[in-house]
Amino acid sequence: MKIQEVNSPASAVPVALLPDDPLHTRFLNVLLAIWRAMTSSRRVAVGSAIVGFFILIGLIGPFFMPYNPNATSHLFITPPSPTHWLGTTVVGEDIFSQLIYGTRTSVFWGLGTGIMVTLLSVVVGLIGGYFGGWIDDVLTLLTNVSLVLPALPLAIVLAAYFPRGPLTISFVIVFTNWAWQARVLRSQTLSMRSREFVTAARMSGESSLRIIFHEIFPNEIGLVVAGFVSTTIYVVLTWAALEFLGLGDGTIPSWGSLLYWAQQAGALGGGLWWWFIPPGACIAILGAGLSLINFGIDEIADPRLRIERPANVEKHKKAVKLEKAERNGDTLLPL
Amino acid sequence: MRHVIRRILFYICAVWVAITLDFFIPRLAPGDPVAAIVGKMSLKGYVSPEMKQTLAATFGLDTHDPLWVQYFKYLGNLFHGNLGNSIQYFPTPVAQIIGQDIWWSIMLGGVAVILGFIIGCFLGIIVAWKRGSAVDAVLSPAMNFLSAIPYFWLALLSLYLFSYLLNWFPLSGGYDSANIDPGWTFDFISSVIQHAFLPALTLVVASLAGWMLTMRNSMITTLSEDYVLMAKAKGLSDRRVMFWYAARNAVLPNITGFAIAIGAIVGGQLLTEMVFSYPGIGYALLQAVNQQDYAMLQSIFLIITLAVLGANFLADMLYVFLDPRVRQERSA
Repeated sequence: MKIQEVNSPASAVPVALLPDDPLHTRFLNVLLAIWRAMTSSRRVAVGSAIVGFFILIGLIGPFFMPYNPNATSHLFITPPSPTHWLGTTVVGEDIFSQLIYGTRTSVFWGLGTGIMVTLLSVVVGLIGGYFGGWIDDVLTLLTNVSLVLPALPLAIVLAAYFPRGPLTISFVIVFTNWAWQARVLRSQTLSMRSREFVTAARMSGESSLRIIFHEIFPNEIGLVVAGFVSTTIYVVLTWAALEFLGLGDGTIPSWGSLLYWAQQAGALGGGLWWWFIPPGACIAILGAGLSLINFGIDEIADPRLRIERPANVEKHKKAVKLEKAERNGDTLLPL
Repeated sequence: MRHVIRRILFYICAVWVAITLDFFIPRLAPGDPVAAIVGKMSLKGYVSPEMKQTLAATFGLDTHDPLWVQYFKYLGNLFHGNLGNSIQYFPTPVAQIIGQDIWWSIMLGGVAVILGFIIGCFLGIIVAWKRGSAVDAVLSPAMNFLSAIPYFWLALLSLYLFSYLLNWFPLSGGYDSANIDPGWTFDFISSVIQHAFLPALTLVVASLAGWMLTMRNSMITTLSEDYVLMAKAKGLSDRRVMFWYAARNAVLPNITGFAIAIGAIVGGQLLTEMVFSYPGIGYALLQAVNQQDYAMLQSIFLIITLAVLGANFLADMLYVFLDPRVRQERSA
């Protein structure tokens, strides 16, 4: 639900771009703007730190795993202890190692799928918005139909028919979730199509694809990033849900498959809390990190949503006064 | 009026896409559902070639017909309400099973959605009105965090805490089927309530964040409108301004969301019903997945989709009715 309301076309991180800059400078500017956005808000900073932590664990964690995550042993169902930090499963697998390896699976498939969803929606949204006409009509119809079809049931039905595995889940999630962002980007592109720099590019004989991806796309990067973050939250949650329902490949350790096996082994009824609490907590913390970033982006875009603290208000007033003074000076000069 | 007709055409198109998807997914997927079923059934006894043929025919997977003939047969069956037979409960018609299960989902989901909507909107109004206060500073981030928790994990945790550790609620099922017969008796109804309480609670908690945050954002926008300032200037009481001037206009986006949520309850609360083994349509869908009961799978998906489309249509129309701006802009 939440993801759907996040992006109004205006919620791009404001990025000042000069159209005549060379491409790499523009991208550097964008990166700089993202960095500034990341560090200016405490929420975004905390969220980025959380996400960064999980990416780091996923990258290097598996090199420091105490056990092979799939190795069974004779220590069945032991509670957490110094040798097995998070205990063992019913067949004696080390849950901590599984969790570490699962972080790699879940985080990277989650981010990768998030990128795939974003790419598809960028292509559909920008092409529809730029070309207009029948291309736009067809793409808009596709987008709107995809929006009204219930995503989770469709994902379950699709995943049930195709061979189990991360690729299937990834494909299914991309297929059911691209539409929201595509719609947002389409309306933004629509409003950008008639701007001067686009007209100028067209006049100078640039090809349509070049205009779309080199002229218009960099101006929407803020919107794309915001969309990517909210999509990724949804992807991670859906991914875990599908695996929990037994639609994933249970032999690859991941947060969702840990929960699946815990459920299958009756961990709940047996009181094996160390089996099902950690993976869920990981998903929740990663999700919270991403939504902190998202919340921060929203606040940057729409200051009215900010929760103001008295101390900040004081600073703010001063800044406004200064700004006003400057502006007055500016307007007075030409008079 | 033109707007309404366009929407109707769009939904007809969407229904067609859903039906067609439902037809093509099993046929595009690698692997042969009939072979899978035959494999499953032959575990229980010998399956003759004739039975195989009949099975294929019941699923409309009669491979002798060209694809388009299959497609029109499938459409014809749908129009006659013939959804095929279930495999796990062979030969019970799928429609009958769905007809039983759907009421559990509607009851559970209905109560949860209505409660979640009312409480969530109310919290959103309060938090927006007292923006910047301690309530807002605590509740808004808390809700944000809550919406990032995987729902089924929240359900698992509460099941562990309240049913396993504290033993307040039963661990699974829709009612105490071992001791009580279904019927309009006090025992049955109280057993149903006892079983539905925890699932409903988790649903309400999980949906609260969405309602509240939408309401807060929309309310904050509305509060800066001139007519709210005017109402305050007239010296109306806070409560009157809050509910009759601001909230009444701010609730619009949530009303649409509410209509859509009502449509979604027919689809069952898939994950809730899975975790609590609640006998609704979501649970039936999952069993169909595990048992490779394809006719069931397809029919449930179709029913869910039709309900969601219907609700979306209703929400669209409601919006046209409630917000005159939409009516005028679109028809002009």
